[in-house]
Amino acid sequence: MIPVEMYLIVSTLLFFIGVFGFLVRKNLVGMLMSIELILNAVNINFVAFNRYLFPEQIEGYAYSLFVIVVAAAETAVAIAIFFNVYRRKGSETVKSIRELKH
Amino acid sequence: MENIITFAPCVLLLPFLMFLFLGLTNYKWTGKQAGIIGTAGITVVAFCCYYIALQYFFGGVGKPDGATAYQTITVFNMEWMKMSVAHPGLTISIGFLLDPISAMMLIVISTVSLMVHIYSFGYMFEHGHYDEGMQRYYCVLSLFSFAMLGLVLATNIFQMYIFWELVGVSSFLLIGYYYKKPAAISACKKAFIVTRFADMFYLIGILIVSYYTKTFDFVEMNTLAENGHTLVGNSMEGLTFMGLSLTTLAMFLIFLGGAGKSAMFPFHIWLPDAMEGPTPSSALIHAATMVVAGVFLVARLFPVFAIDAPNALEAITYIGAFTALFAAVIAVAQTDIKRVLAFSTISQIAYMMVALGVARFSIEGVEHVETTLGFTASMWHLFTHAMFKAMLFLCCGCIIHCVESNEMAKMGGLKKYMPITWACFGIGCLAIAGIPPFSGFFSKGEILSACLENQCTGIYVIMTLTAGLTAFYMFRLFYHIFYYEENPEYATSEHKPHDQKWPMTLPLIVFAVLTCVCGFFPFGQLITASHEAIEIETNWFVEGVSLTTAALGIGIAYVLYYKKNDKPAKIMAKMQGLCTAASHRFYIDEVWYGITRSFIFGIICKSIAWFDRHCIDGFMDLMGWLTNRASSESKDFQSGHVQQYAWVFVMGVVVIGTLALYL
Repeated sequence: MIPVEMYLIVSTLLFFIGVFGFLVRKNLVGMLMSIELILNAVNINFVAFNRYLFPEQIEGYAYSLFVIVVAAAETAVAIAIFFNVYRRKGSETVKSIRELKH
Repeated sequence: MENIITFAPCVLLLPFLMFLFLGLTNYKWTGKQAGIIGTAGITVVAFCCYYIALQYFFGGVGKPDGATAYQTITVFNMEWMKMSVAHPGLTISIGFLLDPISAMMLIVISTVSLMVHIYSFGYMFEHGHYDEGMQRYYCVLSLFSFAMLGLVLATNIFQMYIFWELVGVSSFLLIGYYYKKPAAISACKKAFIVTRFADMFYLIGILIVSYYTKTFDFVEMNTLAENGHTLVGNSMEGLTFMGLSLTTLAMFLIFLGGAGKSAMFPFHIWLPDAMEGPTPSSALIHAATMVVAGVFLVARLFPVFAIDAPNALEAITYIGAFTALFAAVIAVAQTDIKRVLAFSTISQIAYMMVALGVARFSIEGVEHVETTLGFTASMWHLFTHAMFKAMLFLCCGCIIHCVESNEMAKMGGLKKYMPITWACFGIGCLAIAGIPPFSGFFSKGEILSACLENQCTGIYVIMTLTAGLTAFYMFRLFYHIFYYEENPEYATSEHKPHDQKWPMTLPLIVFAVLTCVCGFFPFGQLITASHEAIEIETNWFVEGVSLTTAALGIGIAYVLYYKKNDKPAKIMAKMQGLCTAASHRFYIDEVWYGITRSFIFGIICKSIAWFDRHCIDGFMDLMGWLTNRASSESKDFQSGHVQQYAWVFVMGVVVIGTLALYL
């Protein structure tokens, strides 16, 4: 059986790739994808710990399903916002939206 | 006694309410209505005052059966402010103190104020309509009456100080009544600033005295202790400041406040300029009541002055004597009739100061040569002077109303046009010159004999000389106005000068009657320093000498000014230097102006302004500059870039995580 550390290494890598992408990507869609990576890293943790620590229970699986659903909804909203941003600004880079500072 | 308690609050409250009422609703009334309201109010107050004073003197209130001295009665005394931290027990009260001098002042103030209220109806009516500021005028007159009554009835020195400033303000407002006239504006500012400057010394004096005595109360301050000293003297015993006894110094500082209000040299400069105000208010404030506040102050604290600060009293004598002579000399050279009267007022108030200055308190059992006669004489002269000087001012008002000028040159030969004014003015001049049977003869005679009795021969000579000068300048004024040479404009003019209508004539007649009779009032029985009756003997030597000098003064005035001739011009040519100096008031105004310009503005104000601009403003600017820099440096922090925020967030998490792990 593959030890749990392997899963954790994968999820950690995935998480930091996501954080790195969120911090440096110029493109809004790229940033959104980075967020998805972070969420998926969390999902892997949920599933792995459930499988290794409490195999007879299913809370971890259930939560990961929740996360997937929420991520899908969030993506839908975010994509809608990005479309509007693109229509107004003619650009899809993150630098073009600074209005929230006001 | 019970009746007095009912009437007493009325005396203080009614004029104050009148002031508030007229002040707040003045747009609702025409000038005439406001005048009627104000006059009705002051009439009620005057009757209350008469009632209280008569009850006090003759109704057995002041002197219960069997007592030999008038009692000092505190009718009411309400605690107003308590200073509990620094000086436990030190309270400021507002009260009503009745003793012979305050009862007498009640009569003086209410009589003059009532007469001036009535007179103003005529004076403010010109060219067929009432003056447009008449509501304001009556409103301020009420304020003044309130303040002056509060001042004389004060139970403690702090209450007196409060009302002292209030009379200063109302004087300021009345001098500046014609606020479109630049001269009136500068005069009212001058009066206010000069008296305020003097009041600063008064306040310092109050603070010193109350710091040691731990009380403001007049009765407590004046009470004689076992050792024959007053509370003030006992509590400051042995203390000195720069070689002077602290008591003397503090009392002298208090007197300086009085000198400001009473226009003693060198604070006299404001009074002649104060004549820019309406003439009736000059009669009330700058002749009869407010200007004697300084005399009243010294009289109020007389036991303290006489027993514990005789050196201060001596200084008062010298200042008074100098002022009397000095002002009389200036009065001779003035040509504006109101200014002549103003300088005459200064000179007469100085007489009262001198009389207080030469008086000493005789303690029982100790043989004293000095007597308290001066105190009685001073208060007597205050009373008689208030009456005849108010009358002279009101006469001037009548004349100015006709002639529409203050200058003597525009007058002359008015006797046949204005007989009533002529008669009243004549009575006033005879009274101030000291001719019997008019009141001035008696009071001035007592002042002179008080000087002589207390071995102040030098002062006596100066005061007699001043009396001669007084007679001369008053009759110079009298002959100039009513005889001399008739102004040719009168004969051809459509409006010939004439006696005024009854509101202006009635007060003149009332004052003329009072001037004739009040010399016979038994002042020695009523008003004395010890509150016990003293015997007033006529000193025939003094009376003879003063009558002779007065007659001489009048005679010279008759020769020079009864008919137009060239003698005055010749004399003026001979004494050109003195005449020019006197007509410029010996340049005292210029000296003050120079001191103010070079010392106060040039040195003190400039350095303070420098400090303000560079240190205080600089510090404030530094604070502003720092805040500005800090915000402009930190404003880039909020850029609106999501990724920048995310970086900060991540780094924050890293830092907190590291700390959580390793600490």
